[in-house]
Parts: sequence; C-alpha cells; structure tokens
Amino acid sequence: MDFDIKYKDFRDGVRAYCEEKIAPHAVEVDRDQFYSKEVHKIVNDKGWWGSIVPKKYGGLGLSTLEYAIIVEEISRICGSTGLTFAAHNSLGTFPIYAFGTEEQRKKYLPPGANGSLIAFGLTEPEAGSDAGGTKSKAEKTADGYILNGTKCWITSANVCDYAITTARTSDEGGVHGISSFVLEKGMKGFAAGKKENKLGCRGSDTAYLHMDDVKIPASHLLGNEGEGFKQFMITLDGGRISIGAMAIGLAQAAFELAVKYSESKIENGKPINRYQSIQFKIADMATRVEAARLMMYKTAWLKDNNHPFTKISAMCKLYASEACHFCTHEAIQILGLEGLTEKYPAERYFRDMKLCEIGEGTSEIQRIVIAREAIRELAGV
Amino acid sequence: MNFDLTEDQIMYRESAREFAEKRLFPVAEELDAKGEMPKELLQEAAEIGFFGLFAPEEYGGMAVDTLSYALIIEEISKACAGLAISMSVHNSLVIKAIEMYGTDEQKKEYLPKLAAGEIIGAYSLSEPNSGTDAGSLQCQAIAKGDDYIFNGTKSWVSTAQFAGIFIVFALTDPEKGSKGISAILVPNGIDGLTLGANEKKMGMKCSDTRELSFMDARVPKANLLGEENHGFKVALSLLDNGRIGIAAQSLGIAEAAYAEALKYSKERKQFGKTLSQFQAIQFKLADMATRIEATKLLVYQAAVLKDSGERHSKEISMAKLYASETANFVANEAVQIHGGYGYVKEYPVERYFRDARVTEIYEGTSEAQRMVISRDLLKD
Repeated sequence: MDFDIKYKDFRDGVRAYCEEKIAPHAVEVDRDQFYSKEVHKIVNDKGWWGSIVPKKYGGLGLSTLEYAIIVEEISRICGSTGLTFAAHNSLGTFPIYAFGTEEQRKKYLPPGANGSLIAFGLTEPEAGSDAGGTKSKAEKTADGYILNGTKCWITSANVCDYAITTARTSDEGGVHGISSFVLEKGMKGFAAGKKENKLGCRGSDTAYLHMDDVKIPASHLLGNEGEGFKQFMITLDGGRISIGAMAIGLAQAAFELAVKYSESKIENGKPINRYQSIQFKIADMATRVEAARLMMYKTAWLKDNNHPFTKISAMCKLYASEACHFCTHEAIQILGLEGLTEKYPAERYFRDMKLCEIGEGTSEIQRIVIAREAIRELAGV
Repeated sequence: MNFDLTEDQIMYRESAREFAEKRLFPVAEELDAKGEMPKELLQEAAEIGFFGLFAPEEYGGMAVDTLSYALIIEEISKACAGLAISMSVHNSLVIKAIEMYGTDEQKKEYLPKLAAGEIIGAYSLSEPNSGTDAGSLQCQAIAKGDDYIFNGTKSWVSTAQFAGIFIVFALTDPEKGSKGISAILVPNGIDGLTLGANEKKMGMKCSDTRELSFMDARVPKANLLGEENHGFKVALSLLDNGRIGIAAQSLGIAEAAYAEALKYSKERKQFGKTLSQFQAIQFKLADMATRIEATKLLVYQAAVLKDSGERHSKEISMAKLYASETANFVANEAVQIHGGYGYVKEYPVERYFRDARVTEIYEGTSEAQRMVISRDLLKD
C-alpha cells in the first residue's frame, strides 16, 4: 500500500494554472450567471476538455486519478467551471468512448477533446432518481429514429455542440427498453430551454432539452438498442468520482478560507484561532477532507486498475459531498456574518456545494446503491 | 499510489483472522462476563508471535511493518477488543520504547522475554490527577544511592495483573515539572508496589486495568530507560505508535458491529419483510459502511506514513479521532438495528457498544486529538 502522491507536481501545476487563470473569473460568472467563453478557452488551452479521451482521438489520455485531481483543483477555484468540466468529461466523452462505434469515436471525440461540449440528457421531469422511468420516445423508422420528449436539469444544454440523450425504443422490458442516442446541435426539433436561475454553480448552464420530432439516422444510436440503462449506470459510476472530486475542491477552498480568516480575525484581543471552539472546527474539517480525498484516490485507482468500484464510488460521492456540506457550513460559521456577504467566497462555496448532494444521484440514491451492494456482497452474489 | 497489500501483510492478516475467529470469538462473551483474560489465551497469542510484533528478529521478534501490525490489531479486535488492548500496549508502547531507548543490556534482558510473551509489558503514564495533561504527573522516583525510590499513584494501567514489567513515568527531579520526568522499567512484584483492584469498567472488561501504588519502592538505577529527566519526550515520541493501535482497534470493533447488523437485518422480519428491505435500515447500513471505508483509509494511511520516517502526527491523530468516533457511531447504530435484542447479551453488539466507548478516551481523548490536529494546521 502506497499513499505517496506521485502526482504532487501534477497537482501543483494544475493548481497554479487555475489560480492564475480561472480565479479572476470565478466571482463574475457566479454573480452574473453566465457561461464564460473565456474560461472555456482557458480550460481548452490545456487540453483538459479531453482529459480522459485517449490520445489517438485527440485527448490527453489521463488516468482517472489525474482527471479527478483536475476536477478538484478547478472546483477549488470555481464550482461552476468544475461542474461543467466534470459533466463534459465523465458524462460526455466517457460514454462515447466506452460505448460508441469507432466511427462515432472518430466523429465526436476529437471535437469533444477540443472543447465542443457534450451534454448528457438523462433526467426528465418525471424521471429523476428513478432514471429508469424515462418517458422520452425513439420511434423506429426505415433508416433511423424519430425522437420526442423533454430532458431537464441538463448541464451545458445551451452551450453544448452535442448531447447524449436517452429514450425508449420499446415500451416493453422496463429499463431494457431504453436506448442512448447522440444528437447534434442544430438538428431540426432539437432545442434547449431557458437557462435555469440556480442557487449555486450559477456560471454553469443548466436548462431543458426538448426533442420535438427529431429525425436522426440509425448511426446516431449509441451502442445497441436496449442498452441505455446499463450504459448510464456505468457512466454514473464514473461520474460519481468527479462529483466527489468537485466536492473535495469546494471543501478544501472553504477550509483554507476559514483557516486564513481565523488567523486574522481578532476577538477579545486575540485571533479567533486561539479559541478551542474554532480549533476543533478546523480539526474536524481537515479530518473529513482528508478522508474524502483518500476515498477519491482509492476509487479512481480501482477504476484505473479495472477493479469493481460501484460501491466505493457511491461512498466517495456521498461522503465527499456531505464533508463538503460540513466544511462550507463551518467556514461560514467561522466567518460569522461576513461569511454571508460577497466580501468573501464562503457563501458561494456553500451555494455551489449543494449541487454535489443532488446532482448525479442524490445522497439518498448513493445510500441505496451502497446498501444494495453491501447486502448483495453478504449474500455472495 | 497503490492500495494493494503485500503478500506478507495478507498473511499476517489471515493468521490473525483465523486466531480471532477460531479461538477468540467463541469465548469473547464469556471473557467479558467474567471480566478476566485467561493466561493461557495470552500464551496462545504469544506462540503465534503476536507479542513480538515490533521486536527485532535478533531478539526473537517478528519485526513487522506498522501496516501489518494495524491489520493484526484490527482482526483481533473484531473478536475481542480486550486482548487487542493488551497486544497494543505490549507491542507499540513497551517493546517499541525499549527498542528505541533501551541500553543493550536492557534489550537483551527484556526483548526476548517480551517477544516470546514470557513476560507481558505494561505502560504507566496516567495518574489520578494527570490525564490529558500528562506533563503534570506527581509520582516521584527519587535517586538514592544505586536506586530510585518510588512514591505515588499511577492509574488506568492496562494488563497490570499479568505484567512482568511496567514502564513507569515518574518525577526524578520534582522541581523541573515535565522536564524532570523519567521513564523507568519497574518489575512487577517488588516491595513497596501494590496493585489496586481490577477496575469495574463499562467495556473491555476482560482486559485488566488497575492502579499502581508506590510506597518507598526501590528500583535499580540501571532500569532507567533513556536519559534521566527526558521521560516526557519518551512518552511523546510513543504517542503515534499507541494511537495507530487504538485506531486499528476501533476499526475492528466498527467492522464487527457492522457485520453483525448487516447479517441481522437480513434475518429479522417485521411487517412481512426483512429489515434490510426498509430504507431506514438500508440508509443506516450505508452510512456505517461509508464511515468504515473512510476509517480504513485513514488508518492504513497512518500506518504507512508511520514507516516513512517522517513525523505525521496530524494524519495519525486524524485516524485515531475518526476511527474511534466511527466505532461509537457504528456500534450505536448496530444496537439500534437490533432493537431490544441489541440491548441484551444474546448478540455481541451490546459488547461492541460498551467496548467502543473507551476508544474515544484512551491514548489521547478525541479532544486531545483535535488539539494535535489543529495545532499542526495552525502552526505557521
């Protein structure tokens, strides 16, 4: 067992870049809630949109561990960018590489790796945690499909060039009647709704995706018919690592802010970090961040080494997002009323945090996954 | 980064698991009820080598790495946390201290016997009025001729009854406070040393815990461990070792309580379905399993860092703090899942709940761990 981070230099480089380039935009994208083309380019200049895309398709071919470190470091600076980044890589380029034909890989991965955003359209107004309850339909035609339906809470809906969406190709077979398709911006009948006005991650674009008689050739089917459910379960297993990483980045940012503030803030003639009540908060924050990060490393390591990681991936996402809730909450507590103002980013971290407990499977869903896996392990199946 | 165990580590874990399952678990309830640890069981553990884990091979020890040690303590604690505390003190405090600070004579005299389990080592730092504030201890060991004359009272000494040797911390220069403390090897049974009654504890009942009273007890000066008046440094340098043992012990208790709760939830039926089919129970299990996973990573990391040569007190305190709080959380939820059955001795979770409690107190309370962690974070 070896906990030595060979990636320290890698992390330092990523951190320095994010601090220098992304940090100047973090307040603005949140306050004015827009998707920043400048930040998009900053990420693209490093090739990070293609983090986990293999080199032969124009990506960086990084390990899951390295990719998770990038998500963490971006999120430490800007939760909005962290979310857009995590969604594009884990939910966009990953399923195309994992389930796509060679032709699809060649068509979508090079632009995807070069910053053409790929959205992931799974959730529907009546199918949230119960993602198998997909109502969207894909009617088979002579040479393809006609798609109808509505997807909601889609990250980068307005700013993406491509979207993977799920729809029923059969009313039979329950979840086995769901298939995935790759749609392209500009297809007739395919449109995004108005950007949602959100609590946090306001610099990331979230909106409905409408499919109104969208006609597509059969070549846009991802994998085989009926495999959609299986595909997104696998995709979400990986996506959970990145939301875990995002939560750790936000938690780390909140922790650092709290430590710094506690040194400078004087109450009753001494810095507040001389009080045990503040020291103990700091100790608890650091301990939870440490545990969350170890979980992220282990989950990523398991994935990179082709070991099963469904249960620990859910644990990582659950634990990291709740640790993030704790840390961002305590940071505001340490800052007091100043923590509620725009003067410090504590309130932004707190608002950005909430996505981590809901997106890509709520905390409740993670607990269902963990318990199911644990009970299954006991039964030896 | 690598999360695989080595073949040796797996082997040590398996041998501890086998001993724990076959020899300890079947008798653990009885040992708890009687509040005693049979000497034969200690001997059996010693024969496998569990009392010579950190002793160098030249003295008959196994010289295992700290992660192997943690894995062994974890497995033993799943069955009987009381034995684990004896092993932890003996290996990580007594043997380590003699190995680090002992003279050649002391090593030759004590390490082979300790490693073979012929004598058990105990460790005595706390006093009735000196707990977390260990530097304020009052027991005296005043030099006179070739001896130290001990007077005072030490408390909470684990495995006191069976101990062949105690490492006792006492003031050799009372004027100097914590800078006048020395660590001295005190044989059990000497004149002037009286053992108190076995404490009536809430948990870890099979582990023997007593007070030591010294009244003009003489110990040869040759028994000084390390330099005179440098005892407090000796104690501080051993804290990390001891904490990893307790962290691993806490992890073992948590895992055992979780395993019992998971099993029970599959068997117990209410309202026509098993408890495991209710979300309220599933979510408890998920939280227990998640915290155990986080604990495991913190504990194993602490063990690996310990062997890296650099000081990692912060990470080790994090492991001890988090592991002990997890043990209490998980044991409490395990009792809750068992309902009334968890409150009686028919199932082992009642014992795990009681055993878990002290892990938040000994080898540094949770409050002391938070002091260590925050001091490290705020030091610049």
